[in-house]
Amino acid sequence: MSYSDTLIAFPSRRRAASASKGHPVLKFILRRIGASALVLLGASLLVYVLTINSGDPLKDLRESNSQNKQQLIDQRIALMRLDDPWYERYWDWLRGVGGCFTGNCDLGVTVNGVDVLGLTQQAASSTLRLVTVATLLAIVVGIALGILTAIRQYSGFDYSITFSAFLFFSLPVFWAATLLKEFAAIQYNNWIADGHYAPLTIVIVAVVAAFLLQAVLGGTRKRRLLTAAVVFAFVTVVLFVFNALDWWRNPMFGVGGVLVTSLAAGVLVTSLVAGIRNRRALYAALTTAVVGTLSYLVFAQPLFNSPSWLLLAGLFVLAVLVSVGIGAAWGGYARKQAMLITGITGVITSLVVVVDILIVHWSGFLGIKSRPISTIGSQTPNFTGDFWEQVLDKGTQILLPTILLTLVSVASYSRYTRSSMLETLNQDYVRTGRSKGLSEREVIVKHAFRNALIPITTIIAFDFAGIIGGAIITEQVFGWKGMGALFQDGLNAVDPAPVMAFFLVTGIAAVLMNLLADIAYAALDPRIRR
Amino acid sequence: MSDIRNSNPGGEDYEPQVTASGVDAVGLAAGGSADPLPGEDKSYSQGQLVARRFFRHRAALTSMIVLGIIIVVAFTSIGVGDIPGWWPKDYRLQYDKIGDGAPTWEYPFGQDTGGKDYFALVMRGTQFSLIIAFAVGIISTIVGTLIGALAGFYRGWLESILMRVTDVFIVIPLLVIAAVLGKTASSWGILGLALVLGLVTWTSLARLVRGEVLSLRERDFVLAAQAVGTGPWRIITRHVLPNAVGVIIVSATLSISAAILLETSLSFLGFGVQAPDTSLGTLISDYQAAFATRPWLFWWPGLMILTIALCVNFIGDGLRDAFDPRQNRTKD
Repeated sequence: MSYSDTLIAFPSRRRAASASKGHPVLKFILRRIGASALVLLGASLLVYVLTINSGDPLKDLRESNSQNKQQLIDQRIALMRLDDPWYERYWDWLRGVGGCFTGNCDLGVTVNGVDVLGLTQQAASSTLRLVTVATLLAIVVGIALGILTAIRQYSGFDYSITFSAFLFFSLPVFWAATLLKEFAAIQYNNWIADGHYAPLTIVIVAVVAAFLLQAVLGGTRKRRLLTAAVVFAFVTVVLFVFNALDWWRNPMFGVGGVLVTSLAAGVLVTSLVAGIRNRRALYAALTTAVVGTLSYLVFAQPLFNSPSWLLLAGLFVLAVLVSVGIGAAWGGYARKQAMLITGITGVITSLVVVVDILIVHWSGFLGIKSRPISTIGSQTPNFTGDFWEQVLDKGTQILLPTILLTLVSVASYSRYTRSSMLETLNQDYVRTGRSKGLSEREVIVKHAFRNALIPITTIIAFDFAGIIGGAIITEQVFGWKGMGALFQDGLNAVDPAPVMAFFLVTGIAAVLMNLLADIAYAALDPRIRR
Repeated sequence: MSDIRNSNPGGEDYEPQVTASGVDAVGLAAGGSADPLPGEDKSYSQGQLVARRFFRHRAALTSMIVLGIIIVVAFTSIGVGDIPGWWPKDYRLQYDKIGDGAPTWEYPFGQDTGGKDYFALVMRGTQFSLIIAFAVGIISTIVGTLIGALAGFYRGWLESILMRVTDVFIVIPLLVIAAVLGKTASSWGILGLALVLGLVTWTSLARLVRGEVLSLRERDFVLAAQAVGTGPWRIITRHVLPNAVGVIIVSATLSISAAILLETSLSFLGFGVQAPDTSLGTLISDYQAAFATRPWLFWWPGLMILTIALCVNFIGDGLRDAFDPRQNRTKD
């Protein structure tokens, strides 16, 4: 990826100049879609032919001892049209898929005569939920870790993250899943029945936290020791207080907690994007946090009493709009930057609010489900509870597979980000930036990170379809009825329709992600737009 | 993924200049000591430079030793085929169970539910997994290098066709095409399985090699070779590919660790190695229900996979640093 070698950090000002010429971009996108469609067509043919030749679809019937064996065999031959040549069957499948463009989709039927379209919709929604959450988390955590390890290259922190990354992508997923079930679910469930930490555990947790934080924050030896001491004291006190309050079984956070957390988030976002010295940006972020907390009080009534996904989505959109508006009002000469900061702060504040509501419902949830973290299935059968308890139920079900998928992706994303960051940090324009007196934040965020993102975008886009593929194993281990089960059952029965449905979902996901990557390129690299 | 596109193939560029000035963080971190010779009165060949840098990478060196031990033990302990090994027990025989079969000095990895010696079983699984992984690595490297080199060197319609074929393979998730083909090939034994897995994992290497070749073919030494009438095949094999060897070797190494994980995943799903053959993946799959009652049946094969994949990954990392040390210089 040497094109980043010559890349110069362009100020975002240039964006306005070329945005008006829409046609070449549209043409480019259309050409990309056309090429992808051809590739998908070829791939679908390949998968179809390989699938129908992968075994004997009548095997289970041939081995059966039932009286009407011959009749069953004839029935299945008729249903699966085994007497027709493969190209006719493929063509009909293709025509059915083509029907999706005119509104009457037909993805065929399974061996048992079930309509695949309905199965796919069901399976895809549960799988995409899992994969999307895991990917988003992995992108955020992986890129953050990658940047930190690149900045602190060859530190103890870098070595431990590097080693963990290697460990996680050398890990057989199904093996790790069993370990996770044992240690994260079963032992946690045993522990939460009581919900108190032993003093020794508290000390160990505090030591680990102190070590990690001083390694990340760095500085002189004195400063590191100070950081470690403060973190150690803080964690120890907090955990003992939690024990005394029986916090793990009756957790609470409160409006004060929401306010403090979102204010902290505002300060953090400002210091990363604009620098803490930019008072206008800082005040805009703080205003957003305060307004967010106040509106939480205003909307607490409907949120607690009559929640629904529609209400949540509406409030979220409102929150983002208001935050961006605050940014526009405060912004002054750097309006766009302020809007970005307040937008991110608003999103974080909304998330904190949701977390607070969930925390309030945790003890009630524990009352209904005494072993909260499940190891099997995507939701507890016959679960009754209000809206928020249902959300908690789905959340605890999705927790383990998400952790697993995230860990593996974080490992590779952090490595890619690290090497990409190191490459850009060695560029001349970074040295120029430093020598003309830019702050370290500006050098890293604006010059190095922005350019380092370009190769990372490609990798993440490429990876997404692969993650859906990899989710086959995760789903099987955790007993999710998703795309993986569809694929596996289909392949076991030499039944092309479900296998092709799986392929269709991953293929379309791959094409869409690559398109998104192209658009992201255009946003990151001004030369592409010209 | 960095490339060595801008590096001079002669080797001067590879010399880590910083070692001469003694402030190189790489040297300090990876090796602990500076070069024994300051590089003024002695010159090193490209291969020597790479080897020296590789052996300074402590993690890679350790991994190499560990992997070597695993390979030797796996193949000598229970023997290969009819040749007996030094381990006294046979993986086919059921012995009297000691207690519930937990690890003892007699049976270091424990015994399975039927009393079989688990050490012998795991070693046999390791043998199969290693054979498959190395075969997949070799096949996918040959195919990927060939396709990438042809596409990059000849350009034109050949490149279009080969790269579209690569795209077709890339758009199908690896686990899917591997499972579909593996189901067909698993009845042909492990070498058949290795063959088809090799035939689906070459895509990323093909792209990397093509990128390398695209830039190498414009170099003056290729022009010179063409000017004296060297044929295209000889140019590819003698002039172009040796300059892309870093990318190829690193990718080959990493494909081995990917192959181990892919094979174990397929075997776990039931589309990979079939009985009577075995692999580490089938062992885990067979005994996964035993975790609560006989955890050792679950731990050993998993730890074995983890160790092998980890070692191979570290070796790949060391090789990458050795072939392309640019990335390791700290910012100045």
